[in-house]
Amino acid sequence: MEQNNSLLTVKDLVKHFDISGGLLDQLALESGRIVRKKTTVKAVNDVSFTIMPQETLGVVGESGCGKSTLARAVLGLYPPNSGEIHYQDQRIDNLNPKQMLPFRKKMQMIFQDPYASLNPRMTVKKILEEPVYFHNKAINAQAAEDKVAEVMRQVGVDPAWSGRYPHEFSGGQRQRISIARALMVDPEFIVADEPVSALDVSIQAQILNLLMEAREKRGLTYMFITHDLSVVKHISTRVAVMYLGTICELAPTQTLYAQPGHPYTRALLSAIPELGVQKPKHLKLKGEVPTPINLPSGCVFHGRCIYANDRCTQEIPRLMRLESGAYVACHGVEEKRI
Amino acid sequence: MKNKKSHKNPEDRHPFFDQISQLWRNKTAVLGLVIITVFILSAILAPYLSPHDPLETALYDQLKPPVWHATGTWKNILGTDDLGRDILSRLIYGARVSLVVAVISVGLAFLCGTLLGCISGYYKGFRESIIMRCMDIILAFPYILLAIVVVAYLGPSLQNAMIAIAITYVPRFARIVRGSVLEECEKDYVSAARAIGARDFRIIFIAILPNCLGPLIVQTTLGFASAILDMAALSFLGLGAQPPTPEWGAMIAKSRALILRASWVMTFPGLAILFAVLGFNLLGDGLRDALDPRLRD
Repeated sequence: MEQNNSLLTVKDLVKHFDISGGLLDQLALESGRIVRKKTTVKAVNDVSFTIMPQETLGVVGESGCGKSTLARAVLGLYPPNSGEIHYQDQRIDNLNPKQMLPFRKKMQMIFQDPYASLNPRMTVKKILEEPVYFHNKAINAQAAEDKVAEVMRQVGVDPAWSGRYPHEFSGGQRQRISIARALMVDPEFIVADEPVSALDVSIQAQILNLLMEAREKRGLTYMFITHDLSVVKHISTRVAVMYLGTICELAPTQTLYAQPGHPYTRALLSAIPELGVQKPKHLKLKGEVPTPINLPSGCVFHGRCIYANDRCTQEIPRLMRLESGAYVACHGVEEKRI
Repeated sequence: MKNKKSHKNPEDRHPFFDQISQLWRNKTAVLGLVIITVFILSAILAPYLSPHDPLETALYDQLKPPVWHATGTWKNILGTDDLGRDILSRLIYGARVSLVVAVISVGLAFLCGTLLGCISGYYKGFRESIIMRCMDIILAFPYILLAIVVVAYLGPSLQNAMIAIAITYVPRFARIVRGSVLEECEKDYVSAARAIGARDFRIIFIAILPNCLGPLIVQTTLGFASAILDMAALSFLGLGAQPPTPEWGAMIAKSRALILRASWVMTFPGLAILFAVLGFNLLGDGLRDALDPRLRD
């Protein structure tokens, strides 16, 4: 997994959120003594991966599995509890905001909800100009305006509308503006956090094509978060499958869809509806996703896995390379039981 | 309205204009606006509007009744007080004092409260706990009592009364701003601003705060009303404006003994307070309806 020419390397990233509230809420009475107890949501646990230049890493998983937290932690919007993030050969997770600034120009983010991600009190022009002025203080007004018009044209929004407010646009147009904002600083790497899941299907295709077009033209690298398996198949070169804050499988897209290794991936892929199939062969999982506040011991998936044995309940599996080129974190696959 | 077609699509307008037209349709709010305008105009134009010097005493004109009274004269339309000072002139100058008090004390509270609210809403954690617990302590006192304590400590004067009122109003603003900032912080445009690399100061005051203005404007307007009322109360107790300043509350306090002999000396300042407070409250309620989309029909 270690490659020197990678664009982004994430090593053992951990992000926990403290939800225990104030000091008084944390106090609890335990066997006659008052102790301070903290409740944490273990959103991301020991996640490691690399992203190569100009590839698109799709990250899939169900709601609450830590996809968005991972995305925000990568961009430094959430400080990680432990672990390292390297951009090219520079470690970025421990930088102060000022040192981080040059990387902000290289990494941008596209958000899920185009209704919340654009400031309702700013015109489109102001929204788009802000990043330009911020990273290029010397730029004159005309150059900034030209840049706004150019990028707006690229994302397919008429520059004549730049004086309008976000609420005057439709969802698809807003998402185009959101993409334009990310492109304003000419980034190398874009984290897209479910950029199409808030849109209807016909618009989804347009936005996906726009993203792929921008990738071709600008040589962009994406980290593409989604819960939609067909979207991820369409756009990604590699896919990481997340479950309860850990990556359980990381494989090239073709390999993953052709021969999924991890039992969770198999169940997930079997749930994709297919046309013309009368009796779908769903792999039904038992139970519910456990709460990320009290993680299961060992493999986080063992409670729902039909192949789980004693080892799975105690030892946390690490990602292992298979012959197919996929990385799978599963004792069963490692022992060739599955 | 059809022939008055504007060149712009109604969709092009800033939401502010919709809110203004919403406010305009609310007749009670417009009434409030009219009352406030009258007060502001009389405060600004006091030297031109008032027939007499508000401080000028006239020993031969003591306790003259208003003009519609049998013995009233046009010289003193609303009559005179026990020192022969013209009540109308004193009321007009009193509008000046009341509005200055309202603007300065609410303005101070607005600035401090917004700053504290922004800090506690944005940074959360330790700073939030300290700030909000302090606000709770201030709120735990009956506010007029707290204002009296502050004035008693600083010494009775108009200026100190304004500071006292400002201190008692800070928690209202801090809580409102904190609530709105907490809500706005969850939205992705804040994350987007952070991803650009904007500094906290910029995110708070340029991105977040304009989105919290709705409830703040309402609270400010209602705050004006209660500041006028509280100032009148403090002056009535002798802790605010000192004689001979023409302040409505002080005027009522001084004429307390005369209520049976010359009721007009006390009635008119009372009515002035009533209408000023009513005006700001009506406008504040109207603004709340106009700025809150949930209350729209």
